[in-house]
Amino acid sequence: MNGSTGERKTISFTLNGESVSMEVTARERLLDLLRYRLGLPGTKEGCGEGECGACTVLWNGLPVDSCLVPAFQAEGRTIETIESVDPAALGPFHEGGATQCGACTPGVVITARWILDNPGLLKTHTVRELMAGNLCRCTGYDGIIESIEAALDTQGGN
Amino acid sequence: MRRREGLAKLTGRELYTDDLAVPGCLWGATVRSPAPRGRIREIRYSDSVDWSEFTVVDHRDIPGPNEILLIESDQPVLAADRIRHMHEPVALIAHPSRDAVRRALGAISILVDPEPPILDFLADPGPEQIQHGSDNVFSRLEISKGDVDRVLANAARIIEGEYHTGAQEHVSIEGQAMLAWCDGDVLVVKGSMQCPYYVQKALIHALARDSDHVRVIQAPTGGGFGGKEEYPSTVALHAALLTLKAGAPVKIVFERGEEMVATTKRHPARIRHRTAVDGDGRLLAQDIDVVLDAGAYATLSPVVLSRAIIHAAGPYHCDHVRIRGRAVLTNAVPFGAFRGFGAPQTQFAGERHMDRIARIMAIDPVDLRRQNLLRDGQSTSTGQVISDGTDREAVLDRALELSDYRARSDAHAEFNWTHPYLRRGINFATIFHGAGFTGSGEVYLDSRVHLAGLPDGTVEVLTANSEMGQGATTIFVQITCEHLGLAPDEVIVADPDTARVPNSGPTVASRTAMIVGRLIERAGDDLIAQLGLAPGTRGSAVREAIIAWHQVHSGEALLGTAVYKPPSTVQWDDEKYRGDAYGAFAWATYVAEVEVDLRTCGVRVTDFVAVQEIGKVLNETLARGQIQGGVAQGIGWALFEECRWENGAMANPQLTNYILPTSADLPPLRVEFLENPYEHGAQGAKGIGELPIDGPAPAIVNAIATAMGVDPCRIPLTPEVLMQLESGVPR
Repeated sequence: MNGSTGERKTISFTLNGESVSMEVTARERLLDLLRYRLGLPGTKEGCGEGECGACTVLWNGLPVDSCLVPAFQAEGRTIETIESVDPAALGPFHEGGATQCGACTPGVVITARWILDNPGLLKTHTVRELMAGNLCRCTGYDGIIESIEAALDTQGGN
Repeated sequence: MRRREGLAKLTGRELYTDDLAVPGCLWGATVRSPAPRGRIREIRYSDSVDWSEFTVVDHRDIPGPNEILLIESDQPVLAADRIRHMHEPVALIAHPSRDAVRRALGAISILVDPEPPILDFLADPGPEQIQHGSDNVFSRLEISKGDVDRVLANAARIIEGEYHTGAQEHVSIEGQAMLAWCDGDVLVVKGSMQCPYYVQKALIHALARDSDHVRVIQAPTGGGFGGKEEYPSTVALHAALLTLKAGAPVKIVFERGEEMVATTKRHPARIRHRTAVDGDGRLLAQDIDVVLDAGAYATLSPVVLSRAIIHAAGPYHCDHVRIRGRAVLTNAVPFGAFRGFGAPQTQFAGERHMDRIARIMAIDPVDLRRQNLLRDGQSTSTGQVISDGTDREAVLDRALELSDYRARSDAHAEFNWTHPYLRRGINFATIFHGAGFTGSGEVYLDSRVHLAGLPDGTVEVLTANSEMGQGATTIFVQITCEHLGLAPDEVIVADPDTARVPNSGPTVASRTAMIVGRLIERAGDDLIAQLGLAPGTRGSAVREAIIAWHQVHSGEALLGTAVYKPPSTVQWDDEKYRGDAYGAFAWATYVAEVEVDLRTCGVRVTDFVAVQEIGKVLNETLARGQIQGGVAQGIGWALFEECRWENGAMANPQLTNYILPTSADLPPLRVEFLENPYEHGAQGAKGIGELPIDGPAPAIVNAIATAMGVDPCRIPLTPEVLMQLESGVPR
C-alpha cells in the first residue's frame, strides 16, 4: 500500500467481538482510529514509535503496538483493546500494585492477557522477559510481574 | 486499602486529557526557536498554508506581563525579541485538524540573528556570553559549620574527588497535555499537572486576570516525577492564549519528541569534595563545591540548589563542613524539578566519595559509614540536631544482612579471580532525604485543607494535591477513614479544582502524606469540634452528627479546616542558612549487586536491596511501589539514560535512543521498611516519594568499582564510558 495521504479505503474487521466497517486513509494509524474515531481512548499513546508499548492491542491474539500499524492493515483481522478486558479478571492486578499513574497500564494489561491466554510461553520465557516490551516509569515492574504471576496461579496455568 | 482509582486505570476507563472528546476543540501547537541564542529578526509564514484557517498567537497577544510567574519570573511566555535556548516557544497556532497543525508548523520559519551561546556550564563565560547579572550565576548558596579551612590546613590526610552527573528526562508515559476553554468570562484550564495553584497563579499573572476568572482543574495525570511541577504553567498559558483568541476550546498535547526536546530535565551537576579524615576514618572536615547547570532560565534552580547542598554532606556527623553551591546559566533548555530535586546529584557524589575514601584509606566501607553515621544529638551540615530516635545503624545492618553482603563480597572476590570475562561486585550507599519544603518553605506555603461533611453523612476531602500515580487519593481516604473511624465508601476525595479546593500547597517534595495528610487529620478534628462532638469521636457518631447538622442547617456547608503550623521545635534561619532544614528525614541503605561483562562493558544489576526508615508505612503496596519505581528510575539514571546534547537541546529525543530500563533490565527490587513513627506526620508518616532516587546510582557505581577495580566518577556510566575506564583511558 503506497497510496497518497488522500487515498481512502473501506475496511472491515472484528473489534472487541463486534464487526466494524470504516473508511480509512492510507496514513491513518490504528491507534488514532481506535482513540479518535471509534471512541476507545483506553489505548494510550506513549511514544509513537513502538518503543513503550502503551498502545498495545491484541491483533489476532498477538500483542502489537497500534501506533506502528496502518489502520488499513486491520482488514479481516480480529482486534481486542483494553475495553474488552473483563474487570473481574483484574483482581490480582489491583491487589498487587500493578498500576500507578495508569498511562502504561492498558498496554501492560493487554500484554498480560496475552501471557495469561498463552501460558505455554512460560516454558521458554519468564514473565519478566515477556513484559520487556511495555515500559513503565512508575512501578519498577515488580508490582506488574507479581500480579501476572498471581493471576497465573489463580487460573491454574503455569 | 487498594488503590482508589486502580480499577479505572486497569480497565482503561480513566480519562486523561488527550482522552477527553471536546466538541469544536482546536489542536494547538507551539512554534519553537531554531537556535540556542539570538535576536528574532522575523517570523515568516509561508504562503503554502491558508493562515486564515488558523488561530495564530505571538507575544503581542499576551494581556499581562510576558512572564511565567516563578521564583525569578525571567522566562517569557513567548519569546518577543530574544532567544535563549533551542526550542524556545515563539508563537502558537491552532486548527481543528491535528494533521493540518503538524503540516503548518513546517511552513513557519523563525529567522534569528545569532548571538554566542554558552553551552558548557563549567566554562567561564566570555563577556559576550553574559546574560544574567555579571557572571551568569542565577543563585549562590553556602552552608558553613565549624572551621573547615583550619582543619584542612592541619589535616594529615585529605582525599579529593570530582563527580559528574548527567541530565535525566522524566518520561512520564503521559506527556504534557492541557485543555483550555472559556466558561462565560471564566477561563478554565484542565490538564495534566502536579500543582493546580501554580498554574492558576501563572495564568493570573500573564493574562492579567483575577482568581475569580481563572479556574484550573487537574485531570487524571499519567506520571509527574517533577516534570509536571512548574512546566505545565507554560503549556497552560499557551492553551489559554489560543483559546482566548480563537473563541473555541483548545487542546495542546505534546508528542514524545517535543516533550523530550522542549521540557525541563534533571540538572546536570559537577560536585567536588575535599575531605579530611583521621586514621580511623572519622570525617574531620568536608569541603564541598556544587555546580548545577540551570539552563537558560532560572525556573526552580535556586531551590533545587538549596536541596542539593543541604544533602551534599550525607547522613554523617562532621564538625567542620563547608558547602558552596551555584546554579549557572547556559543556553540549554531550562532544567527543572525532578524527583529528588538536587539531592540525587550530591548524594551520588557523596556516597561515591565515601567509597573512594574507604578504598584509599583501606578501611572497610561499612565501618566507614558506621563510624560517621549521625547519632541522635549530633547535627547535620546546617546544624540541625537529629533526635528522631531512628537507629540508623540498624537500617545499614538490615540492608547488609538482607543482601547477604559479606558472604557475597567474598564469593565475588573469588569469582573475579577465576572468571575470564565476567566481574561481579556488591556495594552500597547510605542516604537520607528531607521531606517537605526546605527551611521556612512550608510556613510560606500556608497550606490549608478542608474536610466537608455532606448531607448524606459522607466526608469529602478537599485539597489541591494531585494523584499522579503515587497514591495520594488512596492515602487521603485511608487517613480520613483511620482518623474519623469511617469506612472507605463514606469518604470521597474532591478533584483538585481551584474553584472548589483550598490551596494545600504543591504536590512535590515528598510532602503529601506527611504534611497534607496531617492537615487532613487536623481538619477532621475541626469537623468534630464544629459538630459539638467530644475530641476523638469516631465512626457512626460522626456520620450521624453530620446528617443531623444538615437537617438543622439546610443548604449550608459544613467544613472542617486546618492551616499549616510548623512544629514548635523547627527553627530555620534563611539568612545564615542554618537550622532545621526539614521537619523530618527518611534514612536508607541501598545495596546493589552487579555483573559486568568485560567483553562489552555491559552492566547487569543482579540484585537490589532497599531498606529504609520512613516513619510509619501507611500503605505497604503503595509504599513499596514508590520505592521500586524510584529505584528503577535511579538505575536508569546511573546506567542507561543519557541525554546527548547538540546546541543545548537533546539530540536523542526518542525512546529508541534514550534508553529506559525495561522489566528485563532489572532484577526484583527487594524492599523493606523499618518504622519509627514521626509525631508531626499523618499517622506517623514521613515523606517517601523522593528518597528512592537518591541511592541507586551511588550503590551501583560503587558495586561496579568493586567488581572491576576502576574508579568511575561520572554517570550515566554507559558501556562506552566504562570501556574507556577499563582500558585506562582517562575520562
